[in-house]
Amino acid sequence: MHKAHLVLEDGSIFEGERYGVAGVTVGELVFATGMTGYQETLTDPSYAGQIVMQTFPHIGITGTNETDAESSKVWVAGYIVREPSRIASNYRSEKTLDQNLIENNIVGISNVDTRAITLHVRSLGAMRAGIFSADESMSSDEMLALVRAAPEMKGQSLSGQVSTSKSYRIPGENGHVGKVAVLDLGIKKSTLEHLAMRGLEIEVFPADISAAEILATSPDGFFFSNGPGDPEASGNQVSMLRELLATKKPFFGICFGNQLLGRALGFDTYKLKFGHRGINQPVINNETGRVEVTAHNHGFAVKLESDSAESPLGFGQVKVSHRGLNDQVVEGLECVDIPAFSVQYHPEAAAGPHDSHYLFDKFIDAIKESK
Amino acid sequence: MPKRQDIKSVLVIGSGPIVIGQACEFDYSGTQACRVLQEEGIRVILVNSNPATIMTDPDFADATYIEPITPEVIEAIIEKERPDAILPTLGGQTALNAAMALFERGSLDKYGVELIGANVAAIKAGEDRVEFKQVVLNAGADVAISAVAHNMDEVLAIANDIGYPMVVRPSFTMGGLGSGFAYDEKDLIRIASAGLQASPTTEVLIEESITGWKEYELELMRDKNDNSVVVCSIENFDPVGVHTGDSITVAPAMTLTDREYQNLRDIAIRIIRDVGVDTGGCNIQFAVDPKDGRVIVIEMNPRVSRSSALASKATGFPIAKIAAKLAIGYTLDEIPNDITMVTPASFEPSLDYIVVKVPRFAFEKFPAADPTLTTTMKSVGEAMAIGRTFSQALQKALRSLEKRGSSFVFPAIIQDPTDLLVAMTTPTENRIGQVQQALWFGASADEVFEATKIDPWFIDQIVLINETARWFLELEAIDVDSLKKAKQHGFSDLQLAKLRNISEQDLRNLRHSFGLRPVFKTVDTCAGEFPAQTPYHYSSYEQFTEVVPSNKKKVIILGSGPNRIGQGIEFDYSCVHATFALRDIGIETVMINCNPETVSTDYDTADRLYFEPLTLEDVLEVIHAESQTGELLGVMVQLGGQTALSLANGLAAAGIPILGTTPENIDRAEERGQFQSILDAAGLLAPANGMATNLEDATAVVERIGFPVLVRPSFVLGGRGMEIVYDQNSLDGYFDRIAEHALVDTAHPLLVDRFLEDAIEIDVDAIFDGHELFIGGVMEHIEEAGIHSGDSSCTLPPITLSRSQINRVAAATEQIARGLNVIGLLNIQFAMASDVLYVLEANPRASRTVPFVSKALGITLAKAAARVMVGAKISELVVEGGLPSKDGRHLPSGTPISVKEAVLPFKRFATRDGRFVDSLLGPEMRSTGEVMGIDKDFPTAFAKAQAGSGSALPTEGTVFISVADRDKPQSLLPVRRLAQLGFRILATQGTQAMLERHGIKSEAVIKHSQAGEDQESIVDMITAGKVDVVVNTPSGADARIDGYEIRAATTAADKPIFTTVAQLSAAIGSFEVVREGRFSVKPLQEYALERIELISE
Repeated sequence: MHKAHLVLEDGSIFEGERYGVAGVTVGELVFATGMTGYQETLTDPSYAGQIVMQTFPHIGITGTNETDAESSKVWVAGYIVREPSRIASNYRSEKTLDQNLIENNIVGISNVDTRAITLHVRSLGAMRAGIFSADESMSSDEMLALVRAAPEMKGQSLSGQVSTSKSYRIPGENGHVGKVAVLDLGIKKSTLEHLAMRGLEIEVFPADISAAEILATSPDGFFFSNGPGDPEASGNQVSMLRELLATKKPFFGICFGNQLLGRALGFDTYKLKFGHRGINQPVINNETGRVEVTAHNHGFAVKLESDSAESPLGFGQVKVSHRGLNDQVVEGLECVDIPAFSVQYHPEAAAGPHDSHYLFDKFIDAIKESK
Repeated sequence: MPKRQDIKSVLVIGSGPIVIGQACEFDYSGTQACRVLQEEGIRVILVNSNPATIMTDPDFADATYIEPITPEVIEAIIEKERPDAILPTLGGQTALNAAMALFERGSLDKYGVELIGANVAAIKAGEDRVEFKQVVLNAGADVAISAVAHNMDEVLAIANDIGYPMVVRPSFTMGGLGSGFAYDEKDLIRIASAGLQASPTTEVLIEESITGWKEYELELMRDKNDNSVVVCSIENFDPVGVHTGDSITVAPAMTLTDREYQNLRDIAIRIIRDVGVDTGGCNIQFAVDPKDGRVIVIEMNPRVSRSSALASKATGFPIAKIAAKLAIGYTLDEIPNDITMVTPASFEPSLDYIVVKVPRFAFEKFPAADPTLTTTMKSVGEAMAIGRTFSQALQKALRSLEKRGSSFVFPAIIQDPTDLLVAMTTPTENRIGQVQQALWFGASADEVFEATKIDPWFIDQIVLINETARWFLELEAIDVDSLKKAKQHGFSDLQLAKLRNISEQDLRNLRHSFGLRPVFKTVDTCAGEFPAQTPYHYSSYEQFTEVVPSNKKKVIILGSGPNRIGQGIEFDYSCVHATFALRDIGIETVMINCNPETVSTDYDTADRLYFEPLTLEDVLEVIHAESQTGELLGVMVQLGGQTALSLANGLAAAGIPILGTTPENIDRAEERGQFQSILDAAGLLAPANGMATNLEDATAVVERIGFPVLVRPSFVLGGRGMEIVYDQNSLDGYFDRIAEHALVDTAHPLLVDRFLEDAIEIDVDAIFDGHELFIGGVMEHIEEAGIHSGDSSCTLPPITLSRSQINRVAAATEQIARGLNVIGLLNIQFAMASDVLYVLEANPRASRTVPFVSKALGITLAKAAARVMVGAKISELVVEGGLPSKDGRHLPSGTPISVKEAVLPFKRFATRDGRFVDSLLGPEMRSTGEVMGIDKDFPTAFAKAQAGSGSALPTEGTVFISVADRDKPQSLLPVRRLAQLGFRILATQGTQAMLERHGIKSEAVIKHSQAGEDQESIVDMITAGKVDVVVNTPSGADARIDGYEIRAATTAADKPIFTTVAQLSAAIGSFEVVREGRFSVKPLQEYALERIELISE
């Protein structure tokens, strides 16, 4: 057993055991409350730059497999687990989680009081942290200095790190509805699957693409994915989105895509104290009055107090279509005058409950209607 | 959308007596429901025959009917109360069945009353196999494939479709007789041909075997807007084949990927929607093939269930409370989450801990019963534990069982594990221990998996526990880190001390010298995302504790642990009442308990709840944590039964103040010599007696006092090992019979008492404050002394005792209370034989009858006792109105009669050859629950009690009489009356001749043992339903076999049986009552008003 340390930017230090590879890592410390779906969490590009702590103590029981991965690699900056599983027990398991973490070069820590750390983050807010598992002789001052030298999440643009380097095409399945241009800001495999299985031919573009290049492929609609970073630092994508919206073709955004829509329409975004990261979050659909249990992974949100507002940039009336019931955070936007909508949460829900798959159908309907 | 305005009054149906499969979890859920409805300003009408429940406290409803839960009686209540709606989903299957019966007899239409919570169509869709199968298939899941065959050709054709292994079940055979597993064609032909022969309809059901699959349950809620949430997932440690109530279960599900889990969730939501549960909860059970993930839906219950109670305690999400709110029209998003206060109930709890539930069995009470665990539930209780890891939660849960050998042991001498590997292929209550031992002895995880099909991850966790034990055993020296690591895997101080060959106290001292103590975390529904407002805690060995300081004076109440025969809901009732009473006077209450079924472990009951095992170590740590955060007045040990009482000495030794009667005085009541001197000083008599630790001593005692004797081990509850011994032969065998339970040793000698034949047994519950005695009630048993008081029916007020006899009982009670320096509750059992009063035993603690006394007379003894324990005087309580001005010794004439009747679980227990165990009553308690009947006179109250207990007396038909010689004279009168009432009397030859001589017409029948091949014996007649009532009193050993056959058949046929003449005599008036028509009904609140009038007259 090797010792490891988790050091928080406020100076708190927790001692635990080395998990994953030996090393040093820094990032924003966040906690995720899902009791299932650790593999989906690890491979979700939205977690780039973040040290993820699982609040559920036993992690790794079902191992890992190709199918459940949401992207081709593990993205988290570091991983904190109370009790890693010693074995993998599931008929679909191909590799243990330990193996997978080591292959992905992930620095982690186990056997720390994750609940205590969660309560700490809850009361003080998300903060920078570091995991130190290579060199036991490093002093706490040295470790703390490294943590404090790390960049803050606020103001960071990370899309470039997680996006595809060049565009690629995915054929639609089950008939042909149309063609959608997808901006990869950190997209998950499930999202693409949901779009493709509903008959959309997909062209995936890198984050630094221009509106002209997208429009040159003459898509029937646009989709902006989830992804890491501060939306305020993504001015390019926001102005590009404004150009796309001006075409009046359907737009659908998820998570980061929702924040970018908000900004494109002329609203502000802000950083939440410690964010929403779980698969049990109640969201009310303001149109139907029904509650959806949804998967969340966001540290920023769109600022809109009232449920209906006029776009300051002339895109017409905008409604808050969904709100989080726990804290009234904006969880969805719907434009009344242009065919654009987005949700802050994850309708593809991998991991998470499938209550909101209907949003993909809604996008399909919008595309059919606009054609 | 707010609540419905058209519902102003609701009838809540309770679940009746505690039986196996339906225990106090329904008191917990019903109590929550009643509270919610009352808070909403709805008039609550309640019917429940079980007096030991909190829900039947008059405070929890506007009209509380302690009446039998039968359609006739409920209809009478509906007629009287005219409720707008009936809520049947919180009283278990009993309430659901009652609601369906009301629907079928047209009562709902007749009185225009609506079912809320679940409608008739939903209840039917959940229960009708064909309809439900379609629902499941529509939801994209499967049911086990099955088909019926009438001959071998059909059998083989079906087998071809299903594939091996498969289950063969002959139709209409008793107790699953003739069913079995076929692994190949040879098996199949053998089992199916025997099955076709055994089946009266020459019919066998062939079913795909899903034994060994993983088993899961989801608890769901759905509101009228079609919002559905999964409150909790539960995974069974034991694979399919063991009833979920008998399985070790774990929350949340541990071995599913998110994809698999979401698939179950999707199926579950489609099912709840399709079945049409639109305002409430449901529970769905799944089997998952570990080889390929194929999902089969086993069943669904459109109501709050045992698992819902567990899920509520496991997550902090109060399912019953929310279900009640949904039933009256709220939606999930309109209901706040009680724990966070700021978030709504329309979410799915996230846990950051593991919950393990383990069942508690009572096979020792039914030695003839087959201990194999099957799909019929046999456990009588359960314990739950919470830990930050599975290993910790499991070990805490096992020690919460408080059963010898329930915790893992690590023997120094290694044996061959082969026998254990064979034994564990059959699931029994010992399987978890066999698994751990086999692994400890060197069996591989694969071998254990092959033998049990328990998921490899669970097996690995037990390997981990063993490895930790081995590592700890071999450590050179213990330091703080190594000790902490062991504690994190849930080892008790005692287990670790044994590994190191030191005393528990030494290990504890060492641990404390390191400053190593558990911290207490909080159950908050949200894995720490939001602050919790309710102090619901569990221990773990980690860094930070969450117990917040308080400046109030506080009292810790020790609960009664898992339900078992002899210690159940009645003790929880007293604990809960104590918390209510103390809270009323501003004292902060702290509850420690580990029973998830109870009201006491509702986070709303006490101010602070610790879900912890009731062992000395765990309790001391809670006390330590609480002492750090406020002023602790002391600990109450006299309410939680033997569990709490047995901790008194250890707590006192640790310097913890015990409230109420001191541990020394508690011991003096148990210690025979000291108790005798108290009796001597008071001039009271006990039956001649002595003590023994072996056969030689016992024989010497009997030579002095003579047969028959009553033998009982000291310091046990529920009459464990208690027997009436009539001759030397039986005495010789006694020590062998109890040997394996290790009940008797020098510290715990066997008590040998002269047995008083034909005596009336009397139970007294009282409170003493050091000066004054307050008698709660004097209860007269209907069965003579010798039947355990818990199994005996009794009447309050007494019906045959004279005023002067009651005075003598009261005076003796006071003398004993003084002699024992009782502060608080006291229960004494007396026997009156030939007008001489004998003291049988005295227990300075809450008894099983405390709630019965409260319900029958409106005297809230437990509340008053709690006050007395913190210093109040009885006279003060009388002035305050907490106690009536006159106690229960003399009740005004006109006081209604209450009869308590025991409910017995014989039907649950079959022998290895598929027959039921003997239903004979004796000095060892075997009942699981009780009902109460209350009415103006004894015959009516007794008839109600019988109806409530499920063996309603018939108005006509055939009675079979077979009584022992000594009972023959007393039986004449009642039998004559039965004949006059028009019953056809059957009797065995001897009894028939005796009846003939006395001019009572009867027909002789053939005994089972004498019946020829083609003759119909009495047993055959009972089995065929040709007998409506059986009277069978046990006689000598020869007739015992016949008696057994008769009683077993009666149990199987579900007919009333009387095994004592006293019972029969008591019932005669009741036979007349039931012929006169239906019962009249009256709520406790009306009885209370009448009581005030009676007293003022």
